[in-house]
Amino acid sequence: MTVENSAVSGETFGQTDDILRAEHISKRYGAVTALVDVNLRLGRGEVLGLIGDNGAGKSTLLKTICGFQPPTTGRILLNGEEVHFSSVTQARAAGIDIVYQDLALVNQLTVYQNMFLNRELVRWPLLRNRSMRKRAKEQLDSIGISTLKSVDVEVASLSGGQRQAIAVARSVFSDAKVLLLDEPLAAMGVKEGAAILDLVRDLKDQGISIIIIAHNYGQVFPVCDRVNLLQGGKITFDKYSKDTSVEELTNIVVSEYRKALEERHRRTAAS
Amino acid sequence: MSDVSDTAERSPDIIGGAGGPAARGPSPLNSAAAIFLKQREASVLLIAAILFIYFATTTPAFVSHGSFVNIAQYMAPYVIIGIGLVLLMVCGEIDLSVGFVWMLSPYVMHFFADSGLPILLAIVITVLILAVVIGGVNGIVTTYFGVPSLITTLGSGYIIFGYALTVSSAQQINLPDGSLGVGRWFGGEAWSEIIWATVLVLLFQVLLTRTRWGLYTISVGGNLLGAREAGIKVNKIKIGNFMLCSGFGAVAGILEAFKNNIIDPSAGQLAVVLVALAGVVIGGTAMLGGSGTVIGLWLGVLVLAILNDGFNLRGISSNKFQIILGAAILVAMIANTYLTRLRSAGRLGGARK
Ligand SMILES: Nc1ncnc2c1ncn2[C@@H]1O[C@H](COP(=O)(O)OP(=O)(O)O)[C@@H](O)[C@H]1O
Ligand SMILES: [Mg+2]
Repeated sequence: MTVENSAVSGETFGQTDDILRAEHISKRYGAVTALVDVNLRLGRGEVLGLIGDNGAGKSTLLKTICGFQPPTTGRILLNGEEVHFSSVTQARAAGIDIVYQDLALVNQLTVYQNMFLNRELVRWPLLRNRSMRKRAKEQLDSIGISTLKSVDVEVASLSGGQRQAIAVARSVFSDAKVLLLDEPLAAMGVKEGAAILDLVRDLKDQGISIIIIAHNYGQVFPVCDRVNLLQGGKITFDKYSKDTSVEELTNIVVSEYRKALEERHRRTAAS
Repeated sequence: MSDVSDTAERSPDIIGGAGGPAARGPSPLNSAAAIFLKQREASVLLIAAILFIYFATTTPAFVSHGSFVNIAQYMAPYVIIGIGLVLLMVCGEIDLSVGFVWMLSPYVMHFFADSGLPILLAIVITVLILAVVIGGVNGIVTTYFGVPSLITTLGSGYIIFGYALTVSSAQQINLPDGSLGVGRWFGGEAWSEIIWATVLVLLFQVLLTRTRWGLYTISVGGNLLGAREAGIKVNKIKIGNFMLCSGFGAVAGILEAFKNNIIDPSAGQLAVVLVALAGVVIGGTAMLGGSGTVIGLWLGVLVLAILNDGFNLRGISSNKFQIILGAAILVAMIANTYLTRLRSAGRLGGARK
């Protein structure tokens, strides 16, 4: 099965009009190798689902694309041109924004301060708090994913879903052309999750290209145009949604489990 | 979410703005009290007021010009270095070396004045150099080499201490010739040092709550990884705050020299850092980073100053005063923790800090 899949991967990688390509990316953290020669592409206006086991390297891959950390080897192309981001601020200026898995919210700051963190409205030297409050409120209202009473509360007091909504809203309103969403549904209830998926569809309709990581791929499959599977730091599967199904993905994951089980048994038998 | 901006305007960040809007509530007195208690600085202001009233009613000489001058002069230098300590603690660091910068700075100023610079310029250059060099080294060792700042500044503190003792030969020296006129503006007059301290407090309260630098300082202390992920240059923020702290140390040292009319090798050192730290935590700045208040610091040091002055007037020896100081730290911290718990449990009304 893996042989067939890597063949497919090569096939779709031939596309040329991609908004984003990550070529031969590898990433080592000291002794840990998180990514091995990853090739990932994202078509214009496409929604790509990136799935894979815990520790497969999904977050690491998005963090090298968004400028948070440089890859150990490999290159990233935006609109066909090689880019080297030395900070997320640079990547954001180039049109790439990310919602981190850990959300990157500061508990001690208010909702609106978090939404404008490192993108504040300033009339030097003072922050334009009133304008930021107003805009934050409008933005949260307009995406309709918030049950917040006020944008003036500290995020420490919010629920997991509300925090996630704030992190998503912050990136959605950043004028990004490429949006990277790392597990945006993780802490959300069914209703909030559905609202986020609606939002993803809206963004796609506005022409924004999106990579969405989801542990629960069944949930995001309906909004994805294409699905990539990351296994042990490599992309082992790359298919258009119309050519695959949740069942096929489940089969792959199940066979991964079976392999892991067999491995365990072999080891216990040997020792 | 319809009344968001409305709520926003009703939660003043700086204490003292609580009067007006409260009148809108159902029971003006109650909601004024609620808004007051919601402020982080409320508990320490309350403590300061109670102490003031206590001494005013029990100690005859307490309400007098001389006594108030004592309070102001005691407060000023601790407030000044306290501002730097608040900024550092908010971003998750600490600086023990600031008291040694205090000790060194008037000698450096004297050196520059001796080499022919006008006194004003000598002061400015001293503050800038000490801020950039000492703060910069503290910051770089802490951020790039990953040494905890307690250790970094313990080490740098000793280095500065030894250096100051060496260049001064541990001898007192007189202020530079012809500096006394200027010196009156910088601590020579009874009230000049506390005026400097208070102006700096107001400036840096605004910096902490109303500017990018303050926001990033809070972010770095509140969620270091998150701040980095958001694209904040966390090392720059930390190093900058180390520089500010050293700069405040230099200012305090120079002002104290003018106040005492002598440059003295026993000035500053670790003892002053500990007193300032007491003021910082009594004022409501968290040990763990991410939150703090410069106004609170001013009030925290006021509490210490009132205690110092009051017990002095009652003839309590400075030896016994240490016991009172320690007890004050503990009582104020317990009161703070208790009020914070009430506040976060929503028993005091709204959701503000
Ligand atoms: N900052 C880091 N330092 C060291 N190892 C890391 C770091 N970040 C991730 N890793 C390792 O890289 C691998 C991939 O992690 P990650 O990208 O977070 O996986 P995923 O998001 O797919 O669950 C894991 O083995 C993880 O332990
Ligand atoms: Mg992850």
